[in-house]
Formats: sequence, C-alpha cells, structure tokens
Amino acid sequence: MALVNVKINNIPVQVEEGTTILEAAKVAGIKIPTLCYLKGVNEIGACRVCVCEVKGARSLVAACVYPVNEGMDVFTNTPNVRASRKATVELLLSNHNKACLSCVRNNNCELQTLSTELGCDATKYEGVKTEASIDGSTPYLIRDNSKCVLCRRCTAVCKEYQSVAVIGANGRGFDTHIACAFEKPLADTACVGCGQCIVACPTGALTEMEQIDDVLNVINDPTKRVIVAAAPSVRVGLGEEFGMPIGTNVEGKMVAAMRRLGFDDVFDVNFGADLTIMEEGTEFLGRLKNGGTLPMITSCSPAWIKFCEHNFPDQLDHLSSCKSPQQMFGAVCKTYYAEKLGIDPKDMVVVSIMPCTAKKFERGRGNQNAAGVPDIDYALTTRELAKLIKRAGIIFDELPDEQFDSPLGIFSGAGLIFGATGGVMEAALRTVYEVVVGKEAPSLDFNEVRGTEGIKEAEYNLAGQTVRVCVASGLANARKIMEDVRAGKSKYDFIEIMSCPGGCVNGGGQPIKSAFVRNNKDIKGERAKSIYAQDAAMKMRKSHENPAVQQLYKEYLGEPNSHKAHEILHTSYIPRNRY
Amino acid sequence: MSKIKLTTVAFKGTAEQEAQLRQVLDEINSSEHPSVMTALQRAQAIYGYLPIEVQTIIAEEMGVSLEEVFGVATFYSQFTLNPQGSYAFGVCLGTACYVKGSGDVVAKLEECLGLKDGETSSDGKYSIASTRCVGCCGLAPVMTVNNEVYGKLTVKDIPDIVAKYQAM
Repeated sequence: MALVNVKINNIPVQVEEGTTILEAAKVAGIKIPTLCYLKGVNEIGACRVCVCEVKGARSLVAACVYPVNEGMDVFTNTPNVRASRKATVELLLSNHNKACLSCVRNNNCELQTLSTELGCDATKYEGVKTEASIDGSTPYLIRDNSKCVLCRRCTAVCKEYQSVAVIGANGRGFDTHIACAFEKPLADTACVGCGQCIVACPTGALTEMEQIDDVLNVINDPTKRVIVAAAPSVRVGLGEEFGMPIGTNVEGKMVAAMRRLGFDDVFDVNFGADLTIMEEGTEFLGRLKNGGTLPMITSCSPAWIKFCEHNFPDQLDHLSSCKSPQQMFGAVCKTYYAEKLGIDPKDMVVVSIMPCTAKKFERGRGNQNAAGVPDIDYALTTRELAKLIKRAGIIFDELPDEQFDSPLGIFSGAGLIFGATGGVMEAALRTVYEVVVGKEAPSLDFNEVRGTEGIKEAEYNLAGQTVRVCVASGLANARKIMEDVRAGKSKYDFIEIMSCPGGCVNGGGQPIKSAFVRNNKDIKGERAKSIYAQDAAMKMRKSHENPAVQQLYKEYLGEPNSHKAHEILHTSYIPRNRY
Repeated sequence: MSKIKLTTVAFKGTAEQEAQLRQVLDEINSSEHPSVMTALQRAQAIYGYLPIEVQTIIAEEMGVSLEEVFGVATFYSQFTLNPQGSYAFGVCLGTACYVKGSGDVVAKLEECLGLKDGETSSDGKYSIASTRCVGCCGLAPVMTVNNEVYGKLTVKDIPDIVAKYQAM
C-alpha cells in the first residue's frame, strides 16, 4: 500500500493511502470526537460529530469515513469546526431525556462527555421530544428510546458481529426509532440476549435488566442461605469499573468484596466449568466411540444456544446436552451442597455474577431446575456487581486479597480459561487427551485454539485417532460454521462456539468502554491475556484433577454421564421460530 | 413514538399471489443488484399492501432479516402496511385544501370512523389516507371515497357522508 503525506493541523504525518482522517489524526496525536463511529462495524458518517475542515473542500467532511490523499491539509480544531460539532450535539441534546443524575450511564456516557468537551448548552434548543417508549419485554435488557441518539451502533453489532439483525431503524425523519420488525417487543423476536448492543451503546438507551435490589433483599433475609459465584471473566473485567487498567485480575479483591457484601458462601463458577469438562468431555468421547452425532458443539454460551434454536432448529442434535457452567454450578449447590448442609433447596439462593446478559435468560429456561427449584436465582452482570460494591461503600482497591470458600470454590486453570474463546476447547483437550492417551499431553498450552480470531481450527492426534476441532466466536462466524454443518460438509468432530467476539471476556455484561477505547485498544485480548497468565501460574491446570470435582463424583454423582449426572447436569433444547 | 400503522386486517393472500411473489423474488435475486426496495414495490403491486406475511417471504427469499425489510418499508412513504378499505376515504392535504380546512375534515373523519389517518378498520371495510393534491383545487377541501369525489366540504358534512357508506 502506498504511503501519502498529509498535514493535520500543520503537523506532517505519513500514513497509508486510504486511511481515514480520523486515523491519520490519531497518528498526529489528535483525537477527533466521534459518536456513531465504531471501527470496522459502524462506519457510516451519520452523526457529524467528527467533522473537520479540509483545505479546498467545499464543506466540512466527516473524518471517520473521509480518506486522506497526498498533500491533504486537514484542520480539526477551527472555529468553524468547533461551532458545527457543538451545534450538532446541542441538537441531539434537544431531543434527549436528560435525566442524567438517575441514568445508569451517568459518568460513563459518550453523549455527556461530548457535551462537556464541546462546551454545549444542554438546554439551548427546546422542542418536541421523542416520547419515552420502554421495551422491557425480555428478562435481560431494557431499551429506552428517549435516550437514543440513533447512532446505529447497536443495530450494527447485532447484524455484523452476530448476524442476528433483529433491531433496526424504523420509520423516517423525526419519527425514526430503533425497534424490531412490526414493532414487536424484543422478547417476541429471535434476539439472543448477548448484550453486545448494550456495550456498544454510547448512552443509557440500552441497559441490562438490573436485579441489584432483589439481591440486596435476599442477602438481608436471615432465612436464606445466599451463595454467590463469579464466572471466569468477571475477575479480569471488574477492576475496570474501579478505574484499573483493562484486564487487571482482581480475583482476590472480588472475593473479599463478595464476603463483605454479606453472601454466606463465596464460590466460583469455575468449579462448574471444571464439572462441565468432565461431563462434556465424556459425552464427546462417547459420541466419538459410539458413532453419535458429530460434530458435537459446546453449550456453555446461552446466546449461542438460543441462536441455534432460532436459526438451526434442525441441528439441535449437535449441541452437547450439558448445562452451562452457571447452571451446573447452581444445580450442584441446590442438590449436593444443600443435602450436605441439610437445608431445603427452597431456602437456598444462588446468585451468579456473569460477564453476560443472556445468562439472565438462561436461568429462566425450562429444564434448568435439578432440585425442583431454579438452579440459579439471580444472574447479575459484572457491572451490577460493581454497583453492589459501590452501593455498599466498599473501597475496592484497598481490599485485601482473599480466597474462595470450599468446596465449590475450588477450580483448575482449565475451568478458568473458559472465559476466553478457545478456552473450553483447550480445557476439554487437556482432559480428553489424558483420558484417551493415558498420559498428560506434551504441553498443556494448546496454542492453536488461543487468540481472538473469529474462527480457529486445529487437528490433534489422540492415540492414533485424529480429532479435528474448530473454535468460533461471534455468531456471524458461528452461522458460517453451522451452514456447513447443515449441509453435511463440516469436517470437524468438536466445535466450541461462543456468542461474543473473543468469548466471555468480551461479553455483553462486562464493563462498558467508550468507542475511543474500543477503537484503539484490544480489550478482549488484554482480558484474555490476564486469564491465561493466571492459568499458567496455577499448579492445578486440568479439570479432572480438581479434588472437589472428584469428591462430588465419589460421594454423589458416581461417574461422569451417570444417570444421576444426567438428571442434574444435563438439559434439553427446543426448536424456535426465526420470526 | 412511532407513526407506523400496523394493520389489524386479517391476511387474505391467495396461493396465486404467493406464487407470483416468489417468481418476482427469483427474478430479483438473479439480477445484478438485488434490492429489497424493488422487492417491496413489486410485492405491493401484487398484494396492494405489505403485511408481515409478505415481508417475511421477502426476508427469507432474499436472505436478509425481517427488520431490514421492515426498516425499508417504513422509511418510504410509497409503502403501506395497511390494505385499502372497501371504502377508501382519501382527504386532500394539498395546500389549497389545507388552507380551506381539510385538516379539520381529517380529524372529523377519524372521529366518525374511529380510525387514524393511515389505518384500516379490522373488518377491512374502511380506511383513511390523507393524500397530496388531487388536482381540483377549485373544489377545496376535497375528499374522495373510492371514485366518488366530495368537494367544498365542511366538517358538518362528514357524519352524513360516513353514515351513507356505513349503511351500504
């Protein structure tokens, strides 16, 4: 690619031909404000917040989509540019529900930041306002269009990352609004609940269905045994809510905070992940040996499951029947652990902390109630946990590092790496290799399935048998894989699918980062790196070596995939319509 | 929120219409630039409007999501989600008619029929649509019901005209 010389505010820079003004300015150390732009996903030049002056150009240009060329002279901070950006944002604010003080995104809102940075008068224009119309039809998400700026970032991620595309712009002009086809409530569509729209939203128009108050109430109820457990990715995201660098591992402080919040047991969903490997690995070996349906596909990601049910209802046999780690964890709490404690599972409340919004849907699915009561009572996001901690007045960064409780807080590195795309596959391979070959794999690092690429594949030789595996993240990638499966062209034996690009570390329940951070930092890569670092430092890195898991089988379940294990740890799926 | 008028009229599409639509979609899909907008135009020519049943076929056949189709259908004023009623009331909101009070005529009509502009009664009998200039400004304000033209209207005339069609 040819290089071109351009000047940004008289600063000479050399960039590749075709680079946008926005990116060239970044090279010159200048941040041009944006609102609708999300790199690689939503490059539509619609909001006009990024306008700049180009010498010789007829009018201001949108920096996010305007390519530079040789000799171009760009000015990003002239009176004309400043006035235009300010007026644009003031007009957006004229039709914005400015209840900022009670908004979930207060102090983490891109519109608010723009307004402050550009020196806007938020009340300059008063006029007709979009009526508040709240869609709270699902158990995981709330849309409030009175806070929507019509940037289309949510619709873009829904379509581009996930190939779900159930939301879009309806109507025209002032009546334009983001909604579903035929104005249906979101719950009546093929929405999968991944929450990628929430983390892409610059304002408070999209947020998770919060259950913070319910959890505070049960903690205060002396008749309830309240258990909490966090998914692997939470510990590498939570710190960001307290101003720490992306991917900081705050496992010890998180445990300390949970204990101070008043939970009776502080356990780890990683235990459920280790258990998943025992069940799923055994299921896979069984299918391989007995000519079962292959490829077998993982079932940890509830948005993926719902996606498969809506879009590939004829392919559900490929899904592992294993419950997800969250559900396995809850099921073990309410059966094994409740029996151990001698309490009625009805008096036990299990709260999971998840990087995910779809987990709120999963907990309410059918066939997820091993003890006759829901396996999980509340599924909170990483963001909700941060709010609980802040509300309790806990000074997070001053907390000591504490350890999880036993026995359901014991986990291996294999359970931990579930948080990153490829992690489930790697965890399964560590165990399956050893079961089949009879000795430990030459290296416990299966690097072929690591990394944030959307589709990865590898082949492994297990005692003479070649096992072909594939790892996909992002449902648009999953769709490609599934089209092949449906056509009978898939060459794989075992497939891991995670709904969110990069896996759970980048889930829809994780801390929300501004577009500027998303566009310039490898968020999912940083968080994943942190997880792999913890795994590498662990002594116990294989699920089947987890003593608490071994004890559970010995005392209660018998063998993996036993009748009892099936009753407690496995589930079923239902075909759903696409519309 | 939205001015989108979803239909409450039951879908009465025939097998012939569907066959015709599928043939049209085959044509569009094999063209160089298949466009949803063209599909919607052709579908509306077949059915007279664009109900969910029709838009779903378009979405499936063209491999796009239903919301993408609906987004286009609600963006352009040429598309309608409602079938025309057996008695289609059209009120001109062109400049001359509007100045002469056709806005009030629409309001009265909405009241008498219990429908909003752009809607069709769920039995499919009546619909109201405001129109652009119909070209007889001398008669302003003007209303049409199918091929009948009513000119120099006042709000007081509306109940009797409506009653006449309700008695038919």
